[in-house]
Amino acid sequence: MKARLAPALLIVVLLLIWEAACRVMNVPLYFLPPPSAIFAALAANASLLAVSAMRTLLMALEALAVASLCATVVSLGISFSRALERAVRPIAVGLQVTPVVAIAPLVVIWAGVDHPGRAIVALAAVVAFFPIFSGVTSGLAAADPDLERLFKLYEASRWDTLVRLRLPSALPFILEGHKVAAGLAIIGAVVAEFVAGSGGAQGLAWRILEAGNRLKTAEMFAAILVLAVMASALHFVFQAMERRALSWWRGR
Amino acid sequence: MASLEAVEVDYVRGRALGPFDLALAAAEIVALVGPSGCGKSTALRLLAGLESPTQGRVRRSAVRGETSVVFQAPTLAPWQSALANVALPLELAGVDRRVARERAGDVLRRVGLADAAEARPAQLSGGMAMRASLARALVTDPRLLLLDEPFAALDEITRRNLADDVLALWSERRPAIVFVTHNVEEAVYMASRVVVISRGPGRVAGAVSTPGPVPRPADYRLSPEFRHGVEAVSRILVHSYGGQA
Repeated sequence: MKARLAPALLIVVLLLIWEAACRVMNVPLYFLPPPSAIFAALAANASLLAVSAMRTLLMALEALAVASLCATVVSLGISFSRALERAVRPIAVGLQVTPVVAIAPLVVIWAGVDHPGRAIVALAAVVAFFPIFSGVTSGLAAADPDLERLFKLYEASRWDTLVRLRLPSALPFILEGHKVAAGLAIIGAVVAEFVAGSGGAQGLAWRILEAGNRLKTAEMFAAILVLAVMASALHFVFQAMERRALSWWRGR
Repeated sequence: MASLEAVEVDYVRGRALGPFDLALAAAEIVALVGPSGCGKSTALRLLAGLESPTQGRVRRSAVRGETSVVFQAPTLAPWQSALANVALPLELAGVDRRVARERAGDVLRRVGLADAAEARPAQLSGGMAMRASLARALVTDPRLLLLDEPFAALDEITRRNLADDVLALWSERRPAIVFVTHNVEEAVYMASRVVVISRGPGRVAGAVSTPGPVPRPADYRLSPEFRHGVEAVSRILVHSYGGQA
């Protein structure tokens, strides 16, 4: 109980200090609004923020689904050939280390300026691709070597070796990859919307940009707060799913 | 049954085994004794057909489906029940799933795990997991059974019980057994012939025949035959290792 209360208590204390400091030092609202102003802005814009949060969440989840599908297919494809894996890996790494911000303008052009949603999903998918690709690829190679020998001894077909040994052995890695990718998909969706710079997608990034343009700093904070809460919630959901699946996998 | 003829195995880091000879008769139980890194497991993998020698010949009259291996760890798939793990070799050979699981259930009963069929490996004790692993090896009714230090991770009482169980199971179908161990008493107790392997790269340092009925009578460990067997193997070990084995 104490352990659960501690973080909440710390947040409350920090908020109180923040509130007091703003009032005592008379900080201008546009520079740093006190928590009370942020919560007021949150309440005033609740429905708008909820719609935007839903848009961002849906785009991130869509990107996650696309990334999951592509990464799994590519990983499975290259798992059959060492040479193919060697060939694909540098491209995947190159894609991963190139900042999403740098390729965003290109993708916006390709997706069409009228379809910022598509560009955002594509960019978020690029960001979410690598952890899943990496998880599936290393997972498929992580089977117990003695179990591998056993499959060889019994002359198991490639298909049997894949579905009865490699894929189940890879499950923990695949889950971990998806958990990391889910967080990255949200980041990708927000960054991409910033770069797209148009209100076409009406996600949370746009709320932040737009409030910033009007110097409505409290509204910016409110949107950031919603974003942080949403991303944390998504993380915890994936963590819970991972724990459950893992305990089933381990059999305890 | 199976034989290794002047086999040598070289790895990148150097020679692991050989030249090494071993001939195995049908229904014979042979123990390979030697320290870690002497190439015992390599010899076993050659007999299983999981590896090829750099030099020499491997002859096997048992075809692939008639050879089974039990590894040092139980090596069970954690995501499947004991029953599904034991049924695996049959299912890989294309046996109908229901038939395979039925036969797996029979073998689990023979190794004393009838009640644990639905349990996952994580829910089994070390000894039970090893029994399940043994059941998986037996489910194909092998003519050649290869055991790679199968009891090394178990406590003394459990390993003695399992040794007796293996011998009891052997007397049902009498497969040829080659098992690797670094425990001299276990080797003498279980095998009809103990082959001592020299420090790596392994060669035959000597062999001892260990007569007596199989399965062993309850007081076999107290018998003069057993004592003589242990002494003879120990003597070879002292000669080839200077007592450091």
